[in-house]
Amino acid sequence: MSKTKKAYVYKGFERFWHWNQSLLIFLLALTGFEIHSSFSLFGYETAVDLHNKAAWAFIILIIFAIFWHFTTGEWKQYIPTTENLRAQAEFYLFGIFRNAPHPTKKTLISKLNPLQRLVYLGLKVLIIPVMVVSGLLYMFYRYPQDGGIEIINVDNLEIIALIHTFGAFILLAFVIVHLYLITTGHTITSNLKAMITGWEELEEDDEEISKKEDNE
Amino acid sequence: MSSMKNFTKALTFFLAIIAPLLIVTIALRQPDNDRAMLEALKTKYLTEHQSGVDHGKMEILQQDFSNPHEITAACLSCHTERGHELLQSAHFTWEREAYIPGRGVTYLGKKNLLNNFCTGVQSNEGSCMKCHAGYGWSDKSFDFDNQFNIDCIVCHDNTGTYKKAGGGAGYPVMGENGPDFKKILASVGLPKSENCGSCHFTGGGGNNVKHGDLEMALLTAGRNVDVHMGVDGSNMNCVDCHTAENHVMKGRYYGVSSTNTQRMSCEECHTAFPHQKSILNEHSIKVACQTCHIPVYAKVNPTKMYWDWSTATRKKDGEGYENLDSMGNITYASIKGDFEWGTHVQPEYSWFNGTADHHLLTDKVDTTQPFLKINTLMGEYRDHNSKIIPVKVHRGRQPYDTENLTIIQAKLWDKEKGKGALWLDLEWERAIVEGMAYVGLPYSGKHDFVTTEMYLPINHMVSPASEVVSCKECHTPENGRLAALTDFYMPGRDRNFMLDFSGKMLLILSLIGVAVHAVIRIISARNIKSAQSH
Repeated sequence: MSKTKKAYVYKGFERFWHWNQSLLIFLLALTGFEIHSSFSLFGYETAVDLHNKAAWAFIILIIFAIFWHFTTGEWKQYIPTTENLRAQAEFYLFGIFRNAPHPTKKTLISKLNPLQRLVYLGLKVLIIPVMVVSGLLYMFYRYPQDGGIEIINVDNLEIIALIHTFGAFILLAFVIVHLYLITTGHTITSNLKAMITGWEELEEDDEEISKKEDNE
Repeated sequence: MSSMKNFTKALTFFLAIIAPLLIVTIALRQPDNDRAMLEALKTKYLTEHQSGVDHGKMEILQQDFSNPHEITAACLSCHTERGHELLQSAHFTWEREAYIPGRGVTYLGKKNLLNNFCTGVQSNEGSCMKCHAGYGWSDKSFDFDNQFNIDCIVCHDNTGTYKKAGGGAGYPVMGENGPDFKKILASVGLPKSENCGSCHFTGGGGNNVKHGDLEMALLTAGRNVDVHMGVDGSNMNCVDCHTAENHVMKGRYYGVSSTNTQRMSCEECHTAFPHQKSILNEHSIKVACQTCHIPVYAKVNPTKMYWDWSTATRKKDGEGYENLDSMGNITYASIKGDFEWGTHVQPEYSWFNGTADHHLLTDKVDTTQPFLKINTLMGEYRDHNSKIIPVKVHRGRQPYDTENLTIIQAKLWDKEKGKGALWLDLEWERAIVEGMAYVGLPYSGKHDFVTTEMYLPINHMVSPASEVVSCKECHTPENGRLAALTDFYMPGRDRNFMLDFSGKMLLILSLIGVAVHAVIRIISARNIKSAQSH
């Protein structure tokens, strides 16, 4: 076992963003699938109301998150790489059962393993934008109809609704797998603790001296 | 030091995240103005109209009139231009010039159109014209250009004592048995709801028979029946909404008026954005106000839902007869056939862009269709001018010519027996021959009955806000109110079954995947542990 050192991995805003996003996604899923008539929980009108309010909160959160990612340079965490991609996949499929070490070393500059990079990037640039755009069209579809701006006329809500539903299923599937993968850190709870406190035991690396001291 | 830092951090988060959220929430809130608007409207209609004239002081009205035409002449001697107006009014002409897409310019109205109740006025004018704003329209010879044929009093009597005689072609009862005309003329004024109701409540042969949302109970009922006319509410009159300019009334019934002009809408008073919740206002682009705000009609007395003419003319002991149900409604009459009634009826729904078509006496019956539409409401989801409106669908069976494939106008009424009137002689063949001869259309000698549907607007009996149709009554996968309108996607009602199935499979497979993975992890961890301990 290599030496480990506590490092401040997830900054305050990052955690705030993450947990609010998770709350909003749960709320949006609950109310969204009620609107889809999958079950009854809040009542239809309340569900629509909550869904729309949560959507606006989510959009505001996303705007702040984008700002944060670019000003801090954290967006670079999501640059996809093929290095170790296969090894990472093999770890989840086989190595994890043999107590093999994680193939990707987590550092402050590279917090995400190649699989995470790919999946999170996909969420950020594909699934969430699709949900936001289709959601906004869902909310405002009457306006193009009413205003008669032909190019954005929505003659049928169906295609928008189906895309929005499709995205919802993908997001839910992500949440299921994501929740499970929390338990695959160095210990069962180390990932969860890190996202709550920001601190995580990282393998010591000569070049990667954590800024633990600076922060205390 | 550290706690201070934490506090600053918390404050920063608050300012950065919560504050913008609050600001945006407040900014997005709709102003609380709907109550104010309603109160302003209520105040407006609280003011009673005060007449500027006391007709009791008019010398010309102090005569003993023996003839109603003289009364009209007396009216017109002061109101010199109103006669011309009335000669143009649909209340007098019973027809309008209309352009109907696919048909061209037409001259249609109650004068010559079919309906799904007593079928049509032609050859029956003597009886039907009890509801004509004129005197003497008993047959085709009626003079529509004579101002003295106008009946002013039927609309402007404010005493409630004026009555047109049954079978009198629009003439009132005069003389000893008639009302006190001096009293009537002394107090003429704006029409009251009773005036309008004397015809519009009783169409089809009795109270609430035809429309379902227009009936005598509106004169006495409370807000729970009609928020506008409720005597414990705004207590509004028909003419408060159905205003007139030079006797041209606002608000036209698509059963007889084809073009999208002079129609009335709730928005004229309530604006297009009457709700606080924008999501409700957004519905208004596709959904008429009445669709949600009139959950049921015929809230007090029953309305006729079905009229089967094919069973008419049955006799018991050589005589016509009637059957009543336990509520006292006629369920069978030899002169008319079988009826079905309904109260608290949930409307059906249709797209409507304001233009209507009608099945004319000269139109062909398409026997391959399950039913014949007496009138057709134009519109669909993709038509930007269309909205979903509530309708009463009156179903029935009417006689048609099986050779010529046209609907038959039968002669129903006459003053005396033996002239071929169905209601007196109880014989179809003769009634058909007489009726078709009157309208000048051929009859092959062979008739049968065709299933018909007629659409009637549900615009009145607006319920209090607390009884409005709820979201879930339409946004539901099965048996929703709008289940019959399938030309669009509605959230909560519609879904793509492939997508939903695939989505569910994806979630199930994800769950199975993580479960299997977890189980293998637990087992292999045990194995490793036991291997180490051995």
